[in-house]
Formats: sequence, C-alpha cells, structure tokens
Amino acid sequence: MTEATIQFKHVQKRFGDNLVLPDLSFQIKRGEFVTILGTSGSGKTTTLKMINGLWQPSAGEILIDGKNINQLDLVKLRRHMGYVVQQIGLFPHMTIAQNIAVVPKLLQWDQARINARVEELLKLVQLDPNEYANRYPTQLSGGQQQRVGVARALATNPSYVLFDEPFGALDALTREELQGEIKQIHESLTDKTFMFVTHDINEALFLGQRVMVMHQGRIEQFASPAEIVRHPATPFVKKLLGTVRQNQELWREQDE
Amino acid sequence: MSDYWNANWPTMLEDMQQHLTIVLSALGAALIIAVIVILLCLHHERWLSGLTYFFSLLYSIPSFAFFALLLPLSGLGMRTAIIVLTLYAEYVLLRSFITGIQGVDPQLVEVASGMGMTSRQTFWKVQFPLALPAIFSGLQVALASTMAMATIVATINAGGLGQLLFEGLQGQQVVPILWGTILTMVLTLGCAGILWLIERACTHRWRRVLKA
Amino acid sequence: MLAQIIQYFQLNSGQYWHYVGQHLGLTIAALAISMVIALPLGYLGSQIKFVASFCVAFAQVLRIIPSLALLFLLIPFIGTGFVPALIALVVLALPPLLINTILGFNEVSPLYQEVGTALGMDQQQLRRQIEIPLALPYILNGIKLALVEIIASATLATYIGAGGLGTLIFTGLGLYDMTYVVIGALSVAFLSLLAMLGFDFLIRKVRTYDRSNYSI
Repeated sequence: MTEATIQFKHVQKRFGDNLVLPDLSFQIKRGEFVTILGTSGSGKTTTLKMINGLWQPSAGEILIDGKNINQLDLVKLRRHMGYVVQQIGLFPHMTIAQNIAVVPKLLQWDQARINARVEELLKLVQLDPNEYANRYPTQLSGGQQQRVGVARALATNPSYVLFDEPFGALDALTREELQGEIKQIHESLTDKTFMFVTHDINEALFLGQRVMVMHQGRIEQFASPAEIVRHPATPFVKKLLGTVRQNQELWREQDE
Repeated sequence: MSDYWNANWPTMLEDMQQHLTIVLSALGAALIIAVIVILLCLHHERWLSGLTYFFSLLYSIPSFAFFALLLPLSGLGMRTAIIVLTLYAEYVLLRSFITGIQGVDPQLVEVASGMGMTSRQTFWKVQFPLALPAIFSGLQVALASTMAMATIVATINAGGLGQLLFEGLQGQQVVPILWGTILTMVLTLGCAGILWLIERACTHRWRRVLKA
Repeated sequence: MLAQIIQYFQLNSGQYWHYVGQHLGLTIAALAISMVIALPLGYLGSQIKFVASFCVAFAQVLRIIPSLALLFLLIPFIGTGFVPALIALVVLALPPLLINTILGFNEVSPLYQEVGTALGMDQQQLRRQIEIPLALPYILNGIKLALVEIIASATLATYIGAGGLGTLIFTGLGLYDMTYVVIGALSVAFLSLLAMLGFDFLIRKVRTYDRSNYSI
C-alpha cells in the first residue's frame, strides 16, 4: 500500500467564535480521486483551502508527503497544486493562452515550451487552440471558461489538483459532460491526486474513488461509493442517500 | 478680518447674492434640461451615451477659456456666466442620473413590467425613486463644482464672490481673498445642507426601513 | 477676426509658442509630481482604511474650495511665479488621482487575489500581474481627470504670474481684444480635448478584454 500523500492530524479550524472544524483527521493516498461531499457550512471548502495553505489550521497538523505544511514554502507548493474554483476566476485581462500560462511563466519556462503546453492542454480539455487561445475569458461560455480553468490547473503537470465545486454554476448537460472529461483526465494521468469538493451527491459518487461525507465539520463516512451506498454509516448519510432514492422512485413510477 | 467685514459688508452681501443667483439659475436650468433629456432619451441609450460624451467634452474645456469664448456671442455679464455654468453642471447631472437609473436592479424593472406597468409607470414608480440617492449625490457634486467655478465669472464682469478674490489679488491683501474663500465655502455648505434636508424628506422612509 | 488671428501668428508666433511651452511645462510638472505622491498613497489607501478615509476627507474639503482661491491664497506665503502655481496645481490634481486609485484597487475582486495566491504568486507577483493591470483603467481615468483639472487651472495661473496660455485670455480681456481671447481660449480648449480624447483612447485600449462579443 502506498503511503499517505495528504494527511490531516486532529486539525481544528475556527473563524473567531465560530468553530468550523472541531477535530479532523484523514489520509489521502497518492493518485487517488477523492470527493468531499457536504452541505454548505459542512466545512468542506475550509478543508480544501487548508491543503494549499490559503487558510491555516487553528490547531493540529497537516502533512504533505510526510512534511508539515508549516515547514513548506507555500508559494512553491501552490505552483505544484492545481486549483479550480466554482467562480472559475480566469483573469479577465489575460487571454485564454495567457491564463493557462500563468504558472509556467512564474516558473520561468521558455516561450516555446509554454506554447506547446498551452496547445496540448487546450486539446486535452476539448477546445480548439487555433480558435480559443487568443480570446479573452468574457468571450467564452461558462462551460468553456471552466474547461480553461481546468487546463490552467493542470498547466505544470502538478501532483495535486484541488477542485472547489467547479461545476456548481454550470447547467446540467455541460456539468455531466465535464464530469466525464475530468474522470477521463484523471485516469489518463498517472499518480495525480484529485481532491474534489461538491454538494451534489451524484457527482460525488460518480467521480470519487473514495467519498468523504462531511457534516457540521465532522466526517460522517469516508469510503468507496459502493460501500457508502451499501452500508451508510450514519443516519445523516442515509438521509443523503434518501434524496437520490426519492428521484429514482419518481422515475420508476413513470416507467410503470 | 472683522474690520474688513465692518467696512465692506454691504458689498460682500451683494456679492454673495449675485453668486447665489448665478449658481442657482445655472443649476436650475441644468436640472430642467437633464430631466427633459432623460425623459426623451430613456429608450435610446445610444443617443444618451452620445449626448453624455458630448457634454463630457464640453466639461473638459477649461472654464476660463469657455467664458472667454462665449464673449463674442453673448457678451460680458451674468448671461454668459449662467450659460457656461449650466453646460458644466449638465454633464455632472446627466452622468449621475444615468448611472443612478442604470444602477437599478434590472430584475426589478422586469418584475414591474411583468406586473403590467407601462414603461412610463415603471420609470416613475420604480426606476426614479430607486435612483434618487444617486440623483441627489450628483446634485451635490454639481453644486460644489458650480459654486467653486462661479468665482471665475468675476473675470467677465458677472460679479459674485470672485470679485473679493481679485480685489485681494490686485491690492496684495490676503483678507479679501480669505473672505472670498470662506464665503464661497459657507454658501456651498449652506446649500448642500438644504439639499440634504430635501433628500431626506424625499427618501427617508424607505431608507430608514432599509437600515433597520 | 480670422484675418486678425492670422496676423497675430505672423507677428507673434514666437510669443505664442512661448506661452504654449509655459503651459505645457507647468502642466506636465504638476501631473508628474501629483502622480508620484498620489499613486502610492492611493494604493496604500486601498490597503489601509484609515489612509482611505483621510484621502476622501481631503478630497471633500478641496472640492468646496474654489481653485481660483487656492491659487491666490498661496501668494502671501510664497509669492508669485512658477513654484506657487505648481504647488497649487499639484494640490488640485491630488483628489481625482487618490480617489480613482483607491477605487481601482478596491474594485479588484478578492477572487482573483485568492486564485492568484493559490496558483503560487507571491505578494509582488500578485500586485504586478493581477492588481495593477486590473486597476489600471481606473487609475488612467484618475490621471485623465487630474490632467484636465491641471490644464484648466493652469489657465488661471497667469494671474499669479506663471504665464501660460491664460495670459492671452487675460490680456485680451484687459484690452477687450477678442483676437487674443479667442486664440488663447481655443488653444487651451484644444489642449484639454486632446488630453481627454487621448486618455479615453488609451483606456479603451487597455480594456480590450472587456469588449465581450460572446453571445448566445
């Protein structure tokens, strides 16, 4: 068994008087695709933002490849950790190509290498480089923008990619399409650890090799999708699964 | 300072009265024109932005030059002063009115027309009341800049508090300059206060509710 | 009138260009100094609330002091000429620069700062690559307004002995000779329009990314 690449040890996070995460411990293995499922206020985004050091834990330890995150150079760490957010956050004053090239430029790659990488990534996210490379973000649809967001996160071939509800604002069809592509991208790249926050249970179960269900700052269950469906560990997980079943029953009635 | 006041207060009061007449006439005219323009162009955004840009170009012409340029057309005196100040205030008013009206949540406008309001009703019942704070802040800006600019009309014999400034300049005396400055500021603050009271009377009810 | 204007240029073009030179010199010097003061201060204002409220209060007070009064009030203290005019113009140019710089940096969405940080930018890279380019259109607008204000007030600087194109208007008014007035006024108006249009063009250029043509 490969050892843990991301490890939380009794992590606590409070904002003022508000205790968001009382005591969080878990381990992520290299190459895993983990989804974090929870409602708003469950602490899922807080957890994610502590992995790339945007927020510091109030207590406890976070280890990346066995090293405490406090001892790592955060700027350097983040350049090797992709980050995709729901609001997409493409820089409006940069073209698509420039957006994707942000981190390679920070790492001072030469221009030829950057150009080749941009083209390769645009193809990977199914956008024609000739058509899109020199456009500005406002000239793209939401779905296309998020494809660029994913490409930007993958630019330097990082070992980790963090997704914060990346498809939350997209329409159902585009979302489904992008979910399929993300899954395929993870399968095609070896040894990439994906952490994916979502409030959509179908998305969490479809994408995650393991699913971490969070509620009020605690982990309710952390297991494979099959395990969660078969043996929900707590009443909360059961209730969550119930919402899916409700829909399924609706469909069944239609069929009869 | 007080000696100067004691010796000259009748002229100073007259200067103030002239100053106020010029500024209020210009602002009144600018306000009327702005309302007419907005009502006529409400549904022609292109005209509106074109017109605003035209006024912004006029606005960029230095006032001293503008007064001078109109001399051959309308001569020395108050008339020229009021025309020029109206044109300057026009830009400030138009710009703030337009931002105010465009700043109203488009959803509210949609809801209003969805409820069956005509576009005129939508304007008077929804857009105009919600744009009032922006309209008043535009009036405040126009007031302050017109008051300040009106000191320059003394150069074209239109009177006003600028006369005190020039008197001090020619006599190398600081006292009249100070009086001119202070009285202009007092007039500005006084008018701004009255404007603020009017604004409160127009909007205080829903704003107080909003704050609660 | 036209004949008289042509005649003026035939006889006095040296004098005319001298005034233009004075006007431009005063304008450029005042703009440069005020930018050196206001841009860093404005950036500071976007970071520190106290500085911002100070700048806003300063701008509010200055708004109700006539620029003419500000020019004249310095005379008893530092006399007449280029330097007092320069000081007054710098002071007059500060409010638009400060207000727009603060506004520009405040308008940069925290989202871009977070994403920039998460991509591994340090403070300086964040400032250079994200914050300054996004605030630039606002800053340029501030510079435009300051420039227009300076050109306008520099016209009045003739009254405190700093020369410039205002001198032509001043002389013309004194002699009631419209030739001088028109030449002076048209030149200043032209300068001002040029500054305005030039900066509008620049701002549009800087904002190319904003012209979205995506539609569906």
